Amino acid sequence: MFRSMRDAGGGTRLSFTFDGRPLSGREGDTVAASLLANGIAICRETPVSGAPRAPYCLMGVCFDCLVVIDGVGNRQGCLVPLREGMRIETQHGRRQAEEVLG
Amino acid sequence: MTINGNRNEGDVVVIGGGVVGGAIALGLARSGAQVIVLDEGDVAFRASRGNFALVWVQSKGLGLPEYALWTRCSAQDWHELAAILKEEAGIDVAHSQPGGFVPCLSEAELEKRVTAMRRLHNQPGLSDFPYEILDRAETKRRLPDIGEDVVGALYSPLDGHVNSLKLFRALREASARHGVDYRPNHAVATIAPRDGGFRVSGAWGEVGAGKIVLAAGLGNARLAPMVGLKAPVRPSKGQIIVTEKTAPFLHHPMGTIRQTDEGGIMIGDSQEDRGFDTIVGQPVISVMAERAVRTFPRLAGLNVVRTWSALRVMSPDGFPIYEQSQSHPGAFVATCHSGVTLAANHVLTLAPAILAGELPAAVASFSARRFHVPVHA
Repeated sequence: MFRSMRDAGGGTRLSFTFDGRPLSGREGDTVAASLLANGIAICRETPVSGAPRAPYCLMGVCFDCLVVIDGVGNRQGCLVPLREGMRIETQHGRRQAEEVLG
Repeated sequence: MTINGNRNEGDVVVIGGGVVGGAIALGLARSGAQVIVLDEGDVAFRASRGNFALVWVQSKGLGLPEYALWTRCSAQDWHELAAILKEEAGIDVAHSQPGGFVPCLSEAELEKRVTAMRRLHNQPGLSDFPYEILDRAETKRRLPDIGEDVVGALYSPLDGHVNSLKLFRALREASARHGVDYRPNHAVATIAPRDGGFRVSGAWGEVGAGKIVLAAGLGNARLAPMVGLKAPVRPSKGQIIVTEKTAPFLHHPMGTIRQTDEGGIMIGDSQEDRGFDTIVGQPVISVMAERAVRTFPRLAGLNVVRTWSALRVMSPDGFPIYEQSQSHPGAFVATCHSGVTLAANHVLTLAPAILAGELPAAVASFSARRFHVPVHA
């Protein structure tokens, strides 16, 4: 669906998982961009109606790219740079408050 | 009832279209009146859009036991109001009455609240109000998520909450279905008694009615003297924080923290005397957030999505004002800072009494004449 406009050749590759699936992305990209580059079309389901959502504004405004990153819910994927080994998951509905503990 | 075909004449004109005016208008229409609501619109200082949405009984009425009884009556009748709104507006306003807690963060704070509660219930007629004083262990048993700083809590099974934005909308919707003529952007400039009724006018024109109800919140201070009433109300600023929506974990409302039906956590209840200033300020907000996190540590990791402030409509003693004008019978004033809690009374008890021409005995003590005391030398 999306294709990078930058040179495909260069840059360090980073590995991460999305809902347990091993994927890879480029250093310097955000989590949201990495998901889109991997063809991920749905990253969350809304809390009220359960409607599927994907990254949209990519600039921190729309909150449609919310994902669980390393166990912390409702993180804005477009504002978080991809890191090696990140565990990214679909945000299903409301965040759990207890995810911040421990 | 006067159905005369003139759309600028009603049985009753209600000035103010917030939760108080909206509830009274609905109650009047349900009793068969032709009602016109004149609303300043969303430019108004609209406490109905900014409030904390508690249906709260405990701690209310110290100094005026009738207020405790009036509040309790409304909390009981709220079940009926919620059913009416579901039926007549098709809107579930998420009313629930699971009992409410006031967790305390120091022994001094708990002691102060317990003393106030005992004084409140030592007043005539209030001995049977149910409430409990809970030590830390019992508070922890009922609210497992409390933090280490919580030393105890007060609890009352009478307390509950609603979704007040849905309430606001449901009152409007039910009123519309009952034929209430709601007019936004109709700020009122003058009220003139004429021919046994009242002419109400503004830049938009003029309407007339046999009765008028002043439910304009802070605007009542200006309007009341036009018909021989007094409503010396002033703004009391409250600030509120709301977090992102989370899975339900607070199953009871607290005095200052509650989880909404949609999942957001609201933190509120600051009180400041700052005139008409509605700016949200870091110092107050940070104290509210810090206390909330000490009460429930798991709030610490949640993102705040909005903060806002609104202006309570506060009388000199904090109690409501309900009065019919002695010099201009048919003109009523209704003003309070708990329009959500008292909504059931306003729909089911106050409005029918206004239509009948006499305020209910339960509100006899709420006349503004209580402020007219001679100054002692």
